[in-house]
Amino acid sequence: MILLHLPALQVVVPLMAAPACVLLRHGRIAWALALVVTWTAFAVALALLLQVIDSGPISYAMGGWAPPWGIEYRVDTLAAFILVIVTSIGALVVPFARASVEREVASDRIYLFYTMYLLCLSGLLGITITGDAFNLFVFLEISSLSSYVLISLGRDRRALTAAFRYLILGTIGATFYIIGVGMIYMVTGTLNIADLASKLPAMADSRTVHMALAFLTVGISLKLALFPLHLWLPNAYAFAPTAVTVFLAATATKVAVYVMIRIVYTVFGGPAIFEQMPIDEMLMGLGMLSMIGASLVAIFQDNVKRLLAYSSLSQIGYMVLGLSLANVSGLAGGIVHIFNHAMMKAALFMAVGCIFYRVGSVHIDALAGLGRRMPLTMAGFVIGGLSLIGAPLTVGFVSKWYLIQGALERGLWPVALVILASGLLALIYVWRIVEVAYFRPSPDGATEIREAPLSMLIPLGVLCVACIYFGIDATATMDLATAAAVELIGSHP
Amino acid sequence: MSPEIAMPLAVAVPLVGVALILLARNRPNLREAMTMVTAFSLFAVVLSIFPAVIAGERPTIVLFEMFPGLRFALSAEPLGTTFAGIASLLWIVTSIYSIGYMRGHHEQNQTRFYAFFAVALATTMGVAFSDNMLTLFTFYEALTLCTFPLVTHAGTDEARRAGRVYLGILLGTSIGLQLLAVVATWLIAGTLDFTDGGILAGKASDGVIAVLLALYIFGIGKAALMPFHRWLPAAMVAPTPVSALLHAVAVVKAGVFTVLKVTVYIFGIDLLATTGASTWLAYMAAATILIASLVAMTKDNLKARLAYSTISQLSYIVLGAMMATGAGVVGGAMHIAMHAFGKITLFFCAGAILVASHKTEISQMQGLGRRMPFTFAAFFLGALSIIGLPPMGGSWSKFELVLAAADTGHLVFVAVLMISSLLNIAYLIPVAIRGFLPAPAEAGGNPGGNHEPDGGGISEAPAFCVVPLCFTALGCIVLFFYADWLYAFLRPITGAITGAITGG
Amino acid sequence: MDVPGLYNYWIVVVLMMIGFYVVIAQGNLVKKIFGLNIFQVGVFVFYISMAKVKGGTAPILDGGIEVYSNPLPHVLILTAIVVGIATMALGLALVVRIRDAYGTIEEDEIETQEGELP
Repeated sequence: MILLHLPALQVVVPLMAAPACVLLRHGRIAWALALVVTWTAFAVALALLLQVIDSGPISYAMGGWAPPWGIEYRVDTLAAFILVIVTSIGALVVPFARASVEREVASDRIYLFYTMYLLCLSGLLGITITGDAFNLFVFLEISSLSSYVLISLGRDRRALTAAFRYLILGTIGATFYIIGVGMIYMVTGTLNIADLASKLPAMADSRTVHMALAFLTVGISLKLALFPLHLWLPNAYAFAPTAVTVFLAATATKVAVYVMIRIVYTVFGGPAIFEQMPIDEMLMGLGMLSMIGASLVAIFQDNVKRLLAYSSLSQIGYMVLGLSLANVSGLAGGIVHIFNHAMMKAALFMAVGCIFYRVGSVHIDALAGLGRRMPLTMAGFVIGGLSLIGAPLTVGFVSKWYLIQGALERGLWPVALVILASGLLALIYVWRIVEVAYFRPSPDGATEIREAPLSMLIPLGVLCVACIYFGIDATATMDLATAAAVELIGSHP
Repeated sequence: MSPEIAMPLAVAVPLVGVALILLARNRPNLREAMTMVTAFSLFAVVLSIFPAVIAGERPTIVLFEMFPGLRFALSAEPLGTTFAGIASLLWIVTSIYSIGYMRGHHEQNQTRFYAFFAVALATTMGVAFSDNMLTLFTFYEALTLCTFPLVTHAGTDEARRAGRVYLGILLGTSIGLQLLAVVATWLIAGTLDFTDGGILAGKASDGVIAVLLALYIFGIGKAALMPFHRWLPAAMVAPTPVSALLHAVAVVKAGVFTVLKVTVYIFGIDLLATTGASTWLAYMAAATILIASLVAMTKDNLKARLAYSTISQLSYIVLGAMMATGAGVVGGAMHIAMHAFGKITLFFCAGAILVASHKTEISQMQGLGRRMPFTFAAFFLGALSIIGLPPMGGSWSKFELVLAAADTGHLVFVAVLMISSLLNIAYLIPVAIRGFLPAPAEAGGNPGGNHEPDGGGISEAPAFCVVPLCFTALGCIVLFFYADWLYAFLRPITGAITGAITGG
Repeated sequence: MDVPGLYNYWIVVVLMMIGFYVVIAQGNLVKKIFGLNIFQVGVFVFYISMAKVKGGTAPILDGGIEVYSNPLPHVLILTAIVVGIATMALGLALVVRIRDAYGTIEEDEIETQEGELP
């Protein structure tokens, strides 16, 4: 019985828990509730994934109202995969957050932190699971509004302006999204994604549909921070509490990428639409600009969190590039990179969180000598960094391999070279930090600094193990990503 | 023990050694004993693989699947087994030497040193026994990364800069060029397994083959083909045992070994011979041989001179491969063994001189040979082997390479090899001779040696240093007499086209 | 083209442009929020207009009425209005906090202050 309602529980449980946190009004209790809820959500997501692998896509009629009139929750391979990514990160961040948040957020606001955290999580899960284009907007706004609040909880006053800027740009993005949805509703009279998918291809040459696609692409690009619509991201990541940065970097932009894939491939019918509107070429160009440009900027950052934020921008470029390649290898590479990047960037930001917890700064100079003082944290950082570079036996290598393969299959040698060049730029900015941590002696009086508490190290360790495990044996993730890509574009070569 | 088990064991034994070394970190004697036990066990394991390979078998074991369709697998064939045998044997010698050197030179962080050394050996074994290009690439990259802490061991600014060059060039070439070539090979051929006769024949146009080959050869930065050679002199800031085993044997040989593997098993000698894709690369290698030798002559720092000598000698092997004949490949493969023994001897000597007298510049070494007779005698023998004079092992591989050059009709290459030998004489022999000249008048005291009241205090380095270098020097002579055995062992890698040795 | 007949779409375009312009051009954070709201109102009008069927009445079943307007977009936009109000409330709350922290709500002055920070 309960198994039938898993799709609803996935979203409803964290959604109900969020107001409960407000009522509890106590940081530690709210934390315990969040812990239970996020791990439950993770278990639900795994169960859904197993169901999908076992018996194909799940369709769930919310409230018993049959689609296309009622709101449908639909879990296919891609959605199940993203749900697992979001909930796994969500579940790992909570244990990490306890110490980190107590250090970085005012103590009378901690219960509000968990409220917003759960709200944001349910929003992201809702975006992923819903099969209704307008419902998606609602969840998008739930997750966005809560993430503005989360960012503004940072101690630095620049967190406020960062949150404000994100609010303005995020709202514009979401509004563009509903304009697009309104236009496709005008021509099709439906909001159900599956229904749209069956009706839109027949109308693909109408001006309204083209405009809708343009609005949707721009709107979602704002949310996923694609160059040149990325201006909100670096400060938001740099000044938010670290636990928030970990969570948002690993999930929020990823879910936006998911929405992009969903809109372009499912709603507008995959590669066929590119003949009408060459947005694939546009996305490919912007993706590559992100990959190179953001990496170049990252090299010159002295705030490590900001540096990693720019690195995120460049990694988002990989995913967008993957989806613009429009073949199974490329798209699968992009999808698997959603997973891989979530693991590595969460690990990196967690390492930065550990450093802030002990050192009280994330400026690059503050890292001097940490290779000896915080060996486990820095080892985690190195593993995450190697993944960013794409060294073999780490997850980064897997995604890079498939993206290059996708580019070469289409005969796009220059694109393959750009992918490789971006990896080399990552080498420069990662190694800059490694050199400071391992070669520069600690400043005098830093003898107090020791390893971060275990509750922060264990989630970091789990992510590092995931970075390596899924780099060595990528069959599981690749099978899923390939299956999702095939579902999206058929057996298109 | 079956060879199928022995191969993964060869990778695993040094890793177990790492754990033992770390456990014994507070007791230096026990720690070094662990290193020795590991080194001997590794050599025993590698030896146990030889009989099957001699019998013509090619044991293979699939460890796991990395991506769908791409396996992580190990196999033993003559080339790799030879490489593994040399590396593991010389690890024993180097370990003994390290004990003398690291203690004699009072190095810091010795546990880290021994631990990463063992990891480097594990990855070297992985390179040697890789069954396909993906496995090889993985171990190749791992080898770069785990040698980085060894290169930057000193932790000084100079070491950090050297580390940047090291990592920048090696990862830059392998990620930027080699990875692209590997993925392209996978797409074109549908496989990455090392197969006799190559996997690309008939699957791509001549132009694509030429581009791919260039991507591979330059992408294998460890082969130090110019212009991607700068990392090797930079790596000389490492402690001498690292320079000796890793940057004269394991790491650089992993590079040229990969070149040979790619030539023989990915492209196939026939394909290269018919398309001519490799000819211009052979000229690049020839140029590297000469230029690096000339640069070596200008270096006064002994280790720097040896590093440029290594660059030059590595290109012998690349040249052998790029001539695309059976004799060239076998000659190149033999040169891996011959050069290994010769060059490790020279580095051991350089380290022994440093430990005993704290001298690094050749111009300061006048007269040292009288105080360190074994060291300088061994240096002389090693130098002879590098030059390629009988009765040293180096003479056979050079002879085979010259033969191959003559067969292919490229008389230029014959000339290059001959001139290079003369240059070798010019930059190596004076070092030995200078050592036996009378010491200069010590009017100004002894500026270099703060530890010694005067030059008279200098004597041979510790026995832990001297015995290994004598052993490897003798090894050069032994190889001269057993070269035919090595030749017969390596011969099968050229497969059906062995006729090329005589037929051209 | 039936320009006067589509006048409400012209209003949509004008409203959106005004709102968008205010968001970009105004340095005052409160004005930015209002611009954002005007922008969203444009979209609301867009949804409401497209659901209107010529000659149709409100979708209440009654005898003799054949043509109804589409109620769904109206319902959707009710949701969007709620979201818009929440956004505006949050935005204004942030402005209050920003004024506490910086003593100003002018973007250029805030930027000067931020420029002085490390």
